[in-house]
Amino acid sequence: MKRSIWALPRLRLAAFALLERNFLVWRKLIGPAIVLNFGEPLIYLLGLGLGLGQLVGTVSGLPYLTFLASGVVASSAMTTVSFEGMYSVFTRMVPQKTYDAIMASPLDIDDIVLGEVIWAAIKGLISAIAIMVVAAFLGAVSGGWMALWALPIVFLMGLTFAGPAIVMSAVAGSYDFFNYYFVLVVTPMFMLSGVFFPLDHFPPVLLLAVQFLPLIHAVDLIRPLIVGQPLTHVGLHLAVLSGYALLGYYLAVVFVRRRLWV
Amino acid sequence: MTTVSGLSVTNPIPAVWAKGLVKQFGALRAVDGIDFSIRPGLCFGFLGPNGAGKTTTLKMLLGLVDFDEGELCLLGESLPESARAIRARVGLVPQADNLDPDFTVRENLFMYARFFGLSRADVAERVDALLVFSELTTKADAKVETLSGGMKRRLIIARSLINDPEIVVLDEPTTGLDPQVRHMIWARLSELRARGVTLILTTHYMEEAERLCDELVVMDHGRILDQGSPKALIQKHVESDVIELRGEVSDGLFTMLRSMSAHAERQGTAVYVYTHAPAPILDFLGEDTGLTIIHRRAGLEDVFLRLTGRGLRE
Ligand SMILES: Nc1ncnc2c1ncn2[C@@H]1O[C@H](COP(=O)(O)OP(=O)(O)OP(=O)(O)O)[C@@H](O)[C@H]1O
Ligand SMILES: [Mg+2]
Repeated sequence: MKRSIWALPRLRLAAFALLERNFLVWRKLIGPAIVLNFGEPLIYLLGLGLGLGQLVGTVSGLPYLTFLASGVVASSAMTTVSFEGMYSVFTRMVPQKTYDAIMASPLDIDDIVLGEVIWAAIKGLISAIAIMVVAAFLGAVSGGWMALWALPIVFLMGLTFAGPAIVMSAVAGSYDFFNYYFVLVVTPMFMLSGVFFPLDHFPPVLLLAVQFLPLIHAVDLIRPLIVGQPLTHVGLHLAVLSGYALLGYYLAVVFVRRRLWV
Repeated sequence: MTTVSGLSVTNPIPAVWAKGLVKQFGALRAVDGIDFSIRPGLCFGFLGPNGAGKTTTLKMLLGLVDFDEGELCLLGESLPESARAIRARVGLVPQADNLDPDFTVRENLFMYARFFGLSRADVAERVDALLVFSELTTKADAKVETLSGGMKRRLIIARSLINDPEIVVLDEPTTGLDPQVRHMIWARLSELRARGVTLILTTHYMEEAERLCDELVVMDHGRILDQGSPKALIQKHVESDVIELRGEVSDGLFTMLRSMSAHAERQGTAVYVYTHAPAPILDFLGEDTGLTIIHRRAGLEDVFLRLTGRGLRE
C-alpha cells in the first residue's frame, strides 16, 4: 500500500513545533528584521504618499497618503508572505535539508507545510502591523481603533498567499525560478488590486477579471477598516480569501510531497 | 507465536521484520525483494557496494521511502500505516548531514526534541547527558557551522537519541572521520547496544562491521547475497588465510599459486591467495624474492569482495 500525494492533509497541533523553530531563528535576526519592517514602509509612505500625494490630492474621497497606506498594508503583507514562502521555505527544503531532518521525527509534510503557512502569515502580519504603526504616526489611519480589525484579515490573506509561494518552492530548481512568480503574479497583482490607484476607470471586462485576484478582496476589506468606511460584500471577500487559502495549503502539501517523498 | 497486525511472527517480537520488500525507481529496482528479521538488542549491519540499496532500505524502516511490494514491521507495528508512531520510537543518523545551521549545538538538540512533542523541561537532563555522551559539552553553545566534521557527526548521533529510541538507524555513521572519532563512536555505539538499544547500520568499513555487528547482510543490486554473523560469513565464504603478494607476479607463478590454493586472484599488481593451509605456500614462496608478501587471517573484506566481486560501481 503506497502513500498518495493527493491524500487530504491532516491538521495537527504538531505543526506548532515548526512555528517554534522559525520563531526562534527569526528572533536571532530581529534587528535587521525590524529595520526592514519599519524602515521600508516609512520611506515608501513618506516618498509616495507625501510626494505623490501633493500632485494627486484626494483619491476616492481620501487623502492620497491614507488611500495608499491602507493598500500598502495589504500588498506588503502579500510580498512578505511570498518571500517567506519562496526564498526561506526553499532554503529549508532544499539546500539546508531541514525538512529531511524533521521528517525523521513523527511530523509529516502535512505538519511542516501547515507550520510554514502559519509562520508566513505571521510574518505578513508583523509587516502589516509595522506599516499601520508608521501610517498612524503619519496620521493616515482615520478608522481609529477599529483599524485593528484589519489585522485578522491580514492574517487570513497571509494564509492565502503562503500556499502558492510554497508550491513555487516545491517546483523550483533554484532561487532564480522565483523571478517568474514575482513578475507574472506578485507584481501584476500589486498593480491591479487597487493598492496605488482605484479601479473605477478600468473597463468592465478587466474589472470583472481582476475579481479573481485574491489581493483585491483583501484590499476591499482592509482599506475600509483602516480608513473607517463601511464594509461591503464581507462574506464574498472572506469566502474568496478562505477558498484560496484552503486550496493553496492543499496544493502546497501535494507539491512538497511530490518533491520530498521517495 | 504472537500475532501482530495480522502477521505471524515468532516471539519475542522482532525489532524489524521485512518480507519481500521491493523499491522501484523507474526501471531500476533499487531494492529487489529482500527478507530479513532483526532481533531486538542486537547490532545489525547492511553491507554492500555503492548503490546496493542500503540507504533506500534504511529509509524504508522509518517510512521515509515507500515500498512497492512487500511487508515491513517495526516494533510490532506495520508500515506505512504506523509510520508516525514508529518514528517516535526510532532514531535516525542520516547519511548526509542535516543539522540546523541557524542553531547552536544545544539548540539543535532542544529543537529536535520539540519535533517529537517533548517539552524543553522534559529533555533538559537528557540534553546535558547527550552532550556528555557525544563529548560536546564544551561546544554546547557553538554554532553548528563552526564544528568539525567529526563534531557534526557526533551531534547528529546525539540528536538521534533525543527521543530515547528503542531502535537507532545509522547510515554510514563514521564515513569520512578520523580514527580517533571513529573509535569514540564505536565505543558509544557499544554502550548503546549494552543498554539494549537495537542498532541498525550501514558502513563501508569492514573493520567497523566486524567489531560492531552481531549479524549482517551483504547486499548488491538490491538483493541480499547472504546473511549471518561476521564470523559465520567468513567461515562460509572464504578460506581461513590470505596471502597477499605485491609486485610483479609472473604468469607462471600465478598459475602455480592457483594450483596450490583454493582460490587465487589478481588485482592490478597484487595477487590474493586464499587457503586453509598457508604453510606450504609460504614455504614455496620463501625462495622467491622481490615481492612483498603479507600473510593474514581472512576477514569480512574478503567475504565482501568474494560476494560482490572486484568490479567498480558507477
Ligand atoms: N530518489 C531516487 N530516485 C532515483 N533513484 C534513486 C533514488 N534514490 C536512490 N536511487 C538509486 O537507487 C540505488 C540504490 O541507492 P542507495 O542510496 O540505496 O544505495 P546505497 O547502498 O546506500 O549506496 P551508497 O553506499 O553509495 O550510499 C542507486 O542506484 C541509486 O542511484
Ligand atoms: Mg547510502
